[in-house]
Amino acid sequence: MSDIFLDLRNIRKEFSGVVALDNLSLTIRTGEIHCLAGENGSGKSTVIKVISGVYQPDGGEIYLNGKPCQKLTPISAIAQGVQVIYQDFSLFGNLTVAENLAMNVHLGNRRHLMNWRETRAIAEEAVKRLGVDLDLDAEVASLPTAGKQLVAIARALMSDARLIIMDEPTTALTRKEVETLFRIVRDIQARGIAILFVSHKMREMLEISERLTVVRNGRKVAEGPISEFDEPTITRHMTGTDIRHQPYVWTPPAGTVPAPRLEMRNVSLPGVLQDLSLSIRPGEIVGLSGLLGSGRTEAALTLFGMKPGYGGEILVDGKPVRLRSVHDAIEAGIAYVPEDRLSEGLFLPQSINRNMLATCYERLAPRWVINRRKAEELTGGMFRAMQIAARSGEQAVNQLSGGNQQRVVIGRWLLTDARILILNGPTVGVDVGSKAEIHHKIRDLAVQHGLAVLMISDDVPELVQNCNRIVLMHRGRFVEEVESATTSEDRIGETLKTFT
Amino acid sequence: MAWFRRSEVVIAGILMLAMILIGLINPAFWGLDNLFSLLRSNVIIGIMALGVLLVMISGGIDVSFPAFAVAAMYLTVKAMIALGMDGVALPMAMATLMGMAFGCVNAVFVHNFRMIPLIVTLGTSGMVRGFLLGVVGTSMININAMPQSLLEFAKTDIISLSKPDGTTYGLTAMVLVYGGLALLMHLVLRYTMIGRSVYAYGGDAEAARRAGFNPAKTVFFVYAVAGALAGFAGLLHSGMIWLANPRDFVGLELDVIAAVVLGGASIFGGRGSVLGTMLGVFMLVMVKNSLIIMKVDTTWQRVAVGIIIIIATALTAWRDRRRQA
Repeated sequence: MSDIFLDLRNIRKEFSGVVALDNLSLTIRTGEIHCLAGENGSGKSTVIKVISGVYQPDGGEIYLNGKPCQKLTPISAIAQGVQVIYQDFSLFGNLTVAENLAMNVHLGNRRHLMNWRETRAIAEEAVKRLGVDLDLDAEVASLPTAGKQLVAIARALMSDARLIIMDEPTTALTRKEVETLFRIVRDIQARGIAILFVSHKMREMLEISERLTVVRNGRKVAEGPISEFDEPTITRHMTGTDIRHQPYVWTPPAGTVPAPRLEMRNVSLPGVLQDLSLSIRPGEIVGLSGLLGSGRTEAALTLFGMKPGYGGEILVDGKPVRLRSVHDAIEAGIAYVPEDRLSEGLFLPQSINRNMLATCYERLAPRWVINRRKAEELTGGMFRAMQIAARSGEQAVNQLSGGNQQRVVIGRWLLTDARILILNGPTVGVDVGSKAEIHHKIRDLAVQHGLAVLMISDDVPELVQNCNRIVLMHRGRFVEEVESATTSEDRIGETLKTFT
Repeated sequence: MAWFRRSEVVIAGILMLAMILIGLINPAFWGLDNLFSLLRSNVIIGIMALGVLLVMISGGIDVSFPAFAVAAMYLTVKAMIALGMDGVALPMAMATLMGMAFGCVNAVFVHNFRMIPLIVTLGTSGMVRGFLLGVVGTSMININAMPQSLLEFAKTDIISLSKPDGTTYGLTAMVLVYGGLALLMHLVLRYTMIGRSVYAYGGDAEAARRAGFNPAKTVFFVYAVAGALAGFAGLLHSGMIWLANPRDFVGLELDVIAAVVLGGASIFGGRGSVLGTMLGVFMLVMVKNSLIIMKVDTTWQRVAVGIIIIIATALTAWRDRRRQA
C-alpha cells in the first residue's frame, strides 16, 4: 500500500536485558492523525525514539515511504520527513524566535556561516506556513508555553515534514490553547502530513485522532479506528484491568450531622478573592474548579497560610484560626499538595523517607537531635500504608513514577496529623492506572481518618467521580455549588464554558 | 526600541557614570597618559576574557586558563632560550598551540567523561601549575635573559607623546592585537554556525544535540580556543612586563571571570557578547586602577573584585529570571 508512510514491523528493543519493546508493530498512514496511547513506562517514548532514529532497534524492520531503512539515525529520520516535537519543545530559550525557526534549515544545509538576512526570511516563511502571528525578534524564553509550542510546530513544518510526532503536547496548555492547537493540527493534516499524537489523556485522544494504537509493557495491545474505542475500552487496554468508576457518596454518620472540619466565612483577598464561604465536614471530598486565573489556587494558598493579608474568618473544627504562615496552617492541621509537586513539593534527589519527614522534623527532634527510631517507625508505617512501589524507603524520589511521588507527598502530610487536605491538581501528569489508585487512596483517607478534602482540578470527570460536592469558581467568587450525585460532567463543562 | 535595555548599553552607561565620578575625585584620571596605561592593562585580561566568555556562553566555566597561560609562556620562553630562538610569530604560535592542547584536555574531561567544568578546570589548573614548578623550574627569567625579539615587539607604540617634563609615554600597539582578536571573536560568535552552536549548546545542550549540532565539536572548540587565547596572552604578557615568572597569574581567574560577568554574560550559559565583555574588562581594570591610585592595599582590592563578581552575577541572574517570566 502506498498510502502508508511509516511501518514498524515487530520491533524489539532491550536495555541491558530489560525488554522495552516486544514485537511492536505500528503503521501510520499518510496524512492521518494517529494516537499512541499508553501509561508511563509502557514504551511510548521508546517508540518515539526508534522512529526518530535516536535508538536503534535490536530486532524488526522499519519502513519509511515503503522503503526499508537499514539504519535510521536522527539525521536520516529528519531527512525522510520525521519531526519530533518533544514535551519540552527542544527550543533555545536564549535565542530569538527567528533563529530558532531557521536553525534546523541551516544545519540541514550544512552551513558554516550564519546569514541573518536569510534566517529572517526562513522564519517569516515558517510563520506564514503555519498562519500564526509571532514576534520573530522576541527571545523564546519570554514566550508563554503555547507560544513556544507554536515555534516548535512552525520549526517542524519548515523541514518538509511528512510525519510530526507530538509528545504529550497538551500537558501545560489551558483548555482554550488546546482548542487552538487542535485547529492547527487539523490544518497541518490537511496538507497531507501525518501526526502521531502521544498522550494519556483520554478525552483529547478521542477528540482529535482518527486511529489509535495502544501499547502496554512494550507490546501493542490494541489498534483500530477511533470509532471502535471509548474511554473504558482504552483504559482497559492501557491498564490491563477494568477500572470501575463509582461516584463518591458521603453519608453523615447516623443520626448526627458532624460539625464542619473546615469553615470559611466571607474570606476575601483584595483584588483576588471575594466573599468565599464554604464548609467541609469530616469525610467530605469537595471539588473546586474554575478557569485558570479564577482564584482557585489563591483560595488554596490562603488556606495554607501563604496569603496572610486575607480578610474574613477561617475555622477549623469550630475554632477560629488565623493563618499567617505555612507554619500556622500546619499547626491548624491543614495540609496542601501543590499543583507542581515536582518543583514545589518534593526534594527529588532525596530519599522517600526524608521527603516524608520533611514537615515533621520539629516534632521528632524536641531537643535538636532527631529521634531516629521514632522516625523509622513513622516512615516505615506510612510507606506501607501508602503502598508505595519502591524497593525501600531509602530510594530517591526521582526514581519513582508520578503516581508514587504523589503518594509520598500525601504520606508526608498525613504524618503531620493533618485533618484538612487540600489537593491542587492531584493527578496532573499521572497515568490512568496510578490515577485510579490515587483516587482510591484519597477516598480511603477521607473515610477512615475523617479528613476534610478540598480537591482542585481542571479534570471535570475526576471531580464528578471523587467528590460529593463541587464548587465552581469564577473571578474570585464561588458562583455555584452542586451535589455530584445530581449533576453530570457535561453540565459542569457547559457551565465552565460560559465563564470567559 | 529595546536598544536601551540591552546589557551592553546599560554597562556602557554605568561605565560612563563611573568614569565621570572617578574623574571628579581625581582629575588626573582623564589625562592621556592615564588612559593609555589603562588601555594597556586591558590587553592581557581582555584576551583571556574573550576565552572565558566563550566558555561561559557554552554554559561552562574555566578557572584553568591562568595556569595554561603561565605554562605556555614559561615553556616557550625556556625553549627559546635553550634553542637560541628569536622572532615573534613562531613563539606566539608555539604558546598558542600549547594553550590549545591544554584546552583540549579540559574538553576531553568535560565532553567524554561528562564532568563538571569547574571541577575539571580546577584539577587541570592544579596539575599544570604543579608540573611546571616541579619539573620545569621555579626560577624567574628577567629582562637580561628574556628573548629580545619579544620585548621589542611588545614595546611597539602606535602613539608616542612626550610630557612637558621630557618623559615620553605612548599607547601600546598591543591594544590593536586585543582589538583584532575581539573583532574576530565577535564575527565568529555572530556569523558562523560554530559560534551559534556555542549559544545553542549553552542555551540547552540536549536541544542542541537533537537539532543536529555536534556537541563534541562545540565543546572542543570552546575549550581549545579558550586555552589558545590563554597561551597567547601568557607569552604576550611576559613580553610586556619583561619577565617570565612561573608563579605569575595567581588569582587572575577571579579578575577575568568578574570582568566577563560584569560584561553581562550569564553564568548559566547562553548569553554574553564580546562588546559587553570588553566593557566589563575596562570597568574592572579601571576600578582596580583607581583603587591603586587611592593607595588601597592589594588584599583589599581582591575584596572589591569579589564584591563586583557577586553584584554583577546577582544582576545578570535577576535579569535572566525576569526574561523567563
